[in-house]
This record gives sequence, structure tokens and C-alpha cells, in this order.
Amino acid sequence: MLVFISKRIGIMALTMLVVSVLLFLVLEFSPGSPATKVLGQFASDEQKNLWMQQHGYFDPLWYRYFVWIGNFLSGDLGISQRYRMPVGDIMWPRLWNTAILGFWTFVFLIPVSLVLGVLAGMREGAMLDRSISIVSIITTSISEFASAVFLSTIFTFWLHLLPGTSGMINGFEFKQLILPVLVLFLYDFGYVARMTRASMAEVMTTPYIRTAVLKGLPYRQVILKHALRNALIAPFTVIMLQINWLLSGVIVVEFAFAYKGFGALLLEASLNQDIYVIVSCSMVAVFVAVGTQTLADIGYTYLNPRIRFR
Amino acid sequence: MADQTSPISPAATGTSAFLRACKSFSLLRESPVGMIGAALVLFWVLVAIFAPVLAPQDPLQSLQPFAKPGTVFAKTGSTLWLGTDHLGRDILSRIIWGSRTVLIYAPLATLSAYVVGIMMGLTAGYYRGWPDTVLSRITDIILSFPVLLLYVIVIATFGASGSNIVIAITFASAPGVMRIVRGLVLDLRNRDYVAAAQTRGESALYVMLIEILPNARGPLIVDACVRLGYVIITIGVLGFLGLGLPPPDPDWGGMINEGRKMAMVFPHMAVMPSIAISSLVLGFNLLADGLREISLRD
Repeated sequence: MLVFISKRIGIMALTMLVVSVLLFLVLEFSPGSPATKVLGQFASDEQKNLWMQQHGYFDPLWYRYFVWIGNFLSGDLGISQRYRMPVGDIMWPRLWNTAILGFWTFVFLIPVSLVLGVLAGMREGAMLDRSISIVSIITTSISEFASAVFLSTIFTFWLHLLPGTSGMINGFEFKQLILPVLVLFLYDFGYVARMTRASMAEVMTTPYIRTAVLKGLPYRQVILKHALRNALIAPFTVIMLQINWLLSGVIVVEFAFAYKGFGALLLEASLNQDIYVIVSCSMVAVFVAVGTQTLADIGYTYLNPRIRFR
Repeated sequence: MADQTSPISPAATGTSAFLRACKSFSLLRESPVGMIGAALVLFWVLVAIFAPVLAPQDPLQSLQPFAKPGTVFAKTGSTLWLGTDHLGRDILSRIIWGSRTVLIYAPLATLSAYVVGIMMGLTAGYYRGWPDTVLSRITDIILSFPVLLLYVIVIATFGASGSNIVIAITFASAPGVMRIVRGLVLDLRNRDYVAAAQTRGESALYVMLIEILPNARGPLIVDACVRLGYVIITIGVLGFLGLGLPPPDPDWGGMINEGRKMAMVFPHMAVMPSIAISSLVLGFNLLADGLREISLRD
């Protein structure tokens, strides 16, 4: 177990290292100087050069990288060129906002998709199964930006029920959270439901379920006591991996609803070549991605005694 | 985590690939879902091919700004079925021409991802050993990174152009293809016909491309349909985020982005291209579902 976890931490560190090196390289060779983005198009070359010098851009790349990695390891994420503030001060509140968004998405996503998936998988090929499959294919085909357009047209333009943007300018308002959560939920629940269905359908064909049915146990008991235990192992992994997906999904949703979260920050930083924000956000993304994968694997082996750590 | 490889049905040898392709398309008729999907895809392919004939207006010409759907354009007396956008361009014509953009770049990017992914997967699965370790490790690193962040960073840095979009999608999708191909190859490489070819003294390239790859095509075709849908969504997302193709050309994602700003006054500007892109993706997903259903029945 310890070996497994330390191996994973090693992989995480390696991934972070590779990603940060690649990002530094990519941003180094990108066309257009970061000074233009900060000082504006009409700044003179002199001003730009002065700015570049002040911010250490004339130091060799490897030197800047090592300075960054040293600061990063001691907890200093650098200064955002766009906001002229420490990256941490911008990023952590944004990440918290995204966590709130993610939390409410999962509050609805998990129960709905599990119940639908289990119901569909119980009787494979039945009417309910087919209709749930079709509905989930349809919702998965409508990407986040399309459903954001549809939902805000319905709820904001026609019904005047919900606000069309979620900027939270006057403090936190739950009403503004409804549409972004709904968009994320609609796009993803079909996938999780289908995975649950596949797992449930597989369990229902196993000999021990047949035995349970044949020895005359009530169907309710067969499902609740025998089938669910094994059928819910795979969906657990799938749900954990959705946290990783969420980091991508929030870029679109936060942009669409002007929600001040992690995804919107990363998009803005990328458009402005705000290198320390990009790199810090990417490090967080890798950490969350590898971390959830590790948790998913540990949970999987814990839930499924047939698999043991090597 | 267990390696997720789809089950493969051992392909019957003897019949030519073309005949089998025809057979599976005739089998598709048995799946109503697959037929609907195929019809949707075919519809948009035809729209893209006949765009110059079908489009009622010039997609770049400014007629009358903010016309509601169904407005009659006074000068020519033609009806603007889906209305016009903020610059007065006919939305229907822009959607029709925009289908070309999507249906050129999405298959191109998918194909390129497949070529790279298949080469990586064949090498890793066939040779095992260190090539496998290296390629799998690279794949793990790319796949562990949230994919949209990758697109955003790459495209935002290098600028939006058709070739950059194709390169970014290839870079991000090839690892997924590689995993599937590798899993299939690991299973197929122990078959008798592979051993027979090796004994005959065929080169490794021949065995990989002529013996193994054709027999792995079933799951790959299904995956390609799903992936094509994702790539269409990705191209749409990039356009939506303002990272798509440069503005004057009609591009569905870009149209949604422009329309979004006017959504509170003229929602049709964003709604119409959203419907277009969703129906095309739905087509590919339904087609994939139908194909999967048939391949399981075989």
C-alpha cells in the first residue's frame, strides 16, 4: 500500500516536472512578447525592453525555470503580470469558487445517475433501459456551450426565472449557481449513468445472482443486498475520474456564465500569456488529476477484495 | 485499474474488407438508432457538399442587422428563415457554409490522431518491452492532464489557425487511440495467423499493418465515431472560447460565441448554430451506438 502510494506520488511529481518544463518551453517560443500583452500594443520598443528586463525576461530560460521551481517548492507561486498580485492570492479563491460549483454538480449528479443506471441495468434491453440509454446519448451529444445557450434562452430569455450570468458581483447568490450546475449535470450524468448501467447489467448475468433468484429470495433483496454491492464498484471509479473531467468542463461553463472560477482564470491567463498563473493552474490541475486517479484506485482495491496491491 | 479493452469478435478471414463493410452497413438497417444517426450524419455531409447550391444568401454579405427568423428581406423579397446576426449576415447561409468548416477539420484532426495513435499503439503492443514502457508513460502523462486545458494553452499561445487546431487535437487525442490499439494488439498478437505470418518471414511492419490492424478495426470504427463527435465538440468549444478559426469564415463555435453576447435580446443567433452542432454530434454518437449494438450481436 505504502509502496503503491509513494509510486503514485512519484508519478505525480514526474508529470508536474514534465508539464512545467513543456509549458516554459511552449511559452518561450510563442509568438508575441509578454510585454505587449501587459503594456498594450502601442508601447514603444524601449518601454517593452525595459519591462522585459525588470521582469527578468532576458535571463536564460533554464535560469528562470530554476528560479521558478525553487520558489514553487517553497510555496511562492510568483506574481501574475496581468493582476500584478501574487498568483496564490488570485488562484486559491478562484479554485474555491470552482469547488463550490463542482460540489453542487456532484450533489445532483451522483444520486441521479446511479439510480438511473441501476434501474436501466436491472433489466437489460427493457423499455426503461432503452429510453435511459437514448436520453443519455442525447444529453452527452449536447456539449456544455450548446446547453448553456439552450438553458439560458429558456430560463432567462423566455421565462425570466434565472439570471443569465453568474458573476456573483453582489456576493454569493445561489440562484446564479443553478444554470452552471445544470449545464455540467446535463452533460455528464448520461455518461455516469451508462457506466453504472454496464456494470449493473454485467453483475445481473453472474451465477450468484441467478442462484439468489432461483433460491427464491425476494427480488428487492437480490438487488439491494447482492447485486448493488458489486455493481457500484465500477461507478465509484468513474465518478472519481469525473473530478478530472470537471476541471475541463468548468472552462466552458465559467466562460459562458462569467463565473469567477478556476477555468475562467486559466483561460484568461492563457490569452494573456500570464506565465506564472498558467503554470500554477496547470500544477493544480495535474495534482487534482493524478490525486483523484490514485484515490480512485485505492478505493477500487478497497471495495473489490479480488484485486490486491502488488 | 484494469485495462479497459473492448471485446473483439474474431473477424472472419476470407471475405474482403469491402464486402464486410457493405455487410455491416446493411446490418445497420436492423438498428433504428444507428439508422437515425447515419441519416443525421449523411444530412450534414450533403449540406456541406452542396453548400454553394443550398445557401440562399452570401454568408459574408451584410443584409439587415438583427432580423428575426422568418423576416422577409425587403430588397430582394427573400425570406430569412433563421434571421440574421448582429452584422446582418444570414444565419441559415452561415450555418450551411459552417458545416464545411466542421466537416473538413473534424475528420482531418481525427484521422491524424488515428494515424499517430495507431502507430504508437502498434509499436507498443507488438514489441512490448521498453518501447511499450516509454510510449505508455508518455500517454499516461498526456491523459492525466485535463484535455481542454491543454487545448486552451496550446491554441492561446500559438494562435488559432486550422493547422494549429489539427495539431493540438492530434496531440491530445492520439494517446487515447494508442491505449485502445495497444490493448487490441496485445490480444491479437498471439493469434495463429500472426504466428503463421511471422514464420513465413514477413517483416514486422507487414504483420502489424496487414495481419493485426485489419482485425482490430471493429472496435476502432466504433471508437472513431464517438471520437469524431468529441472532436466536433472540441472545435466548437474552441470557437466558443474565441480560440477558433479567424472570424470572417463561418464557424459554428464562433457563431455561438458572437451570438452569446446578444443572447438576452436575440437568442436565435446562438441557438441556431447550437442546434446544428448538437445534431451533428448526436448523429455520430447514435451511429456509434448502432454499430456497437451490431458488433455485439455478431
